[in-house]
Amino acid sequence: MHLSDEEKAMLDGRDGPAVQKAMDLLVRYGEALDAERLVSTHNVCATITSTTPFQRDFARAKGGMDAVFSEFSLDSQEVVPIPKFKVFTSHLQLGFDPAQPERMGLDEQTVRFYERSERHAASLGAQIMNTCTPYQVGNVPTRGEHCAWMESSAVVYCNSVLGARTNTEGRESCGAAMLTGRIPYWGYHLSENRHATHVIELDVEVESVQDWGLLGYFIGEQVQERVPVVHRAGGIARSPNLPRLKHFGAAAASSGGVEMYHVVGVTPEALTLEQALGGKRAQEVLRYGPAERRAAYEKLNATAGGSAEIQYVMLGCPHYTIEQIWEAAQLLEGRKLHPDVQLWLFTPRAIKDLADRTGYTRIIEEAGGVIMSDSCSAMSRAVPPGTRAVALDSAKQAHYLPAILGVQAWFGSTAECIDAACTGRWQGGLQ
Amino acid sequence: MSAASTAPRAAGPVAPDLALRGRKVVGGVVEGEALVTRDHISGWGGIDPRTGTVIEVRHELRGQSFAGKVLVFPGAKGSSGWSAMFHTARLMKAAPAAFLFNEMTTKIALGAVVTHAPAMTGFDRDPLDCIETGDWVRVDADRGIVEVTKKNNRHAGGQARARGERP
Repeated sequence: MHLSDEEKAMLDGRDGPAVQKAMDLLVRYGEALDAERLVSTHNVCATITSTTPFQRDFARAKGGMDAVFSEFSLDSQEVVPIPKFKVFTSHLQLGFDPAQPERMGLDEQTVRFYERSERHAASLGAQIMNTCTPYQVGNVPTRGEHCAWMESSAVVYCNSVLGARTNTEGRESCGAAMLTGRIPYWGYHLSENRHATHVIELDVEVESVQDWGLLGYFIGEQVQERVPVVHRAGGIARSPNLPRLKHFGAAAASSGGVEMYHVVGVTPEALTLEQALGGKRAQEVLRYGPAERRAAYEKLNATAGGSAEIQYVMLGCPHYTIEQIWEAAQLLEGRKLHPDVQLWLFTPRAIKDLADRTGYTRIIEEAGGVIMSDSCSAMSRAVPPGTRAVALDSAKQAHYLPAILGVQAWFGSTAECIDAACTGRWQGGLQ
Repeated sequence: MSAASTAPRAAGPVAPDLALRGRKVVGGVVEGEALVTRDHISGWGGIDPRTGTVIEVRHELRGQSFAGKVLVFPGAKGSSGWSAMFHTARLMKAAPAAFLFNEMTTKIALGAVVTHAPAMTGFDRDPLDCIETGDWVRVDADRGIVEVTKKNNRHAGGQARARGERP
């Protein structure tokens, strides 16, 4: 792999041992990919903090937070002092909400260690956004901007909706990028890899947030990690907004490994179908009609059945927007949750603050629900005690939660979820 | 394959039944028993790094451990936590001895790098077609050669022996 003089100097230790270790990892990683070179990045999104007992014990045994960063974020067995980050770095979601430990069954020690870890990350320059949706709270890359992001639902949003460029990075490559401002120039950083390979022709209108999740779930399973373009003859009647595309990409990245998609007339690299395809022929053209929509719905409800009694409703995967909180608050206003049901709604800390100020938190709490941040049930493996069946308006969460926790999942619209929260029973169905 | 068959052998008295050539992803030489799957592997939510066991519901390796094995699979899928899970498996001494795979992605590339296990891809024939679970496999990632002794021809095998790996 070719290295510039600047990169060689970092590898030779000019900027100290941590930058040297970071560049060493990028060289090993770039060569593993068979990348030609590295590319400059000024935008990293990653998990940095530590939340597990294993990391806590590691810190104790090996020399504190620098030891944890050296091993887990730089793949360096030698403990090196970690300097301040060179690059604007946003912290992603974690394994719990440290503000509500009792609700998630967390012990005091774990929370204390996390807080120490958060202070360390913040002191190095990490923005403590603690969300899977950094593009909601101050990190909105522009078209063509080279990024190094983790979190599949954020990666697909970054590439597809914003037109910025990132691969699905991991904790260690992001750690190296923070200290060097470099990432391998490979995959979705190159224009020729961003063109669509598969055309999805819509035979039904796709309008609601639920509709976009169903479409994404269908597409991910069909195309796996390739690049789909969604097209409707005559155009899409209602241009999808942030909650719709957020749900769509997260679903496609769950049933498959989609990191980049196009919607003709909507996303920035698809003004036309020809542009999305980069002038090439599609490998395959797939139709999405009522039968495919129903099949996606049934797969998402594969674990549902029986009494339809619900003990838990989770909203906010990916983290809810303020618009979605506003909608949930309207649906809940003046109602009460069924005594056997709990409702947890997840959003970034910054948006929770906005919901507090606007009065939505009060409406949701008066109904018996809670707003949480930093995590979700799949990440935290935390659900209210006694949960056997969950109602969800997220295809991604419906995909993961039964596998992770062995619970039954009912997938539907937000309104159906809130009705289930208030009645204790799932009464939804595909409209 | 003359270079491979005339080289001094440390694997034992049995000559390999077949050899594959491929591209080095992570260098090193190691040998061990193959664990083969046609299913993609998820890291986060797909494996238990404490034991190296596949936990994904409906995965054909569910309940089996890849610790110390030569893992032969199509590629990685799922969350960006892939590398962190295999990294943790290494620290818990439950990582695979080597990775042989077909589809290159950033998840598998970074995962193999931080696992410090020899890894190869880009083979001249599909390893999923010619390597079976239980075969004895010698991976020389530095020279780009994989030698396979079919399980029927194996002498009583021992532990995977690793040479030339990164510490």
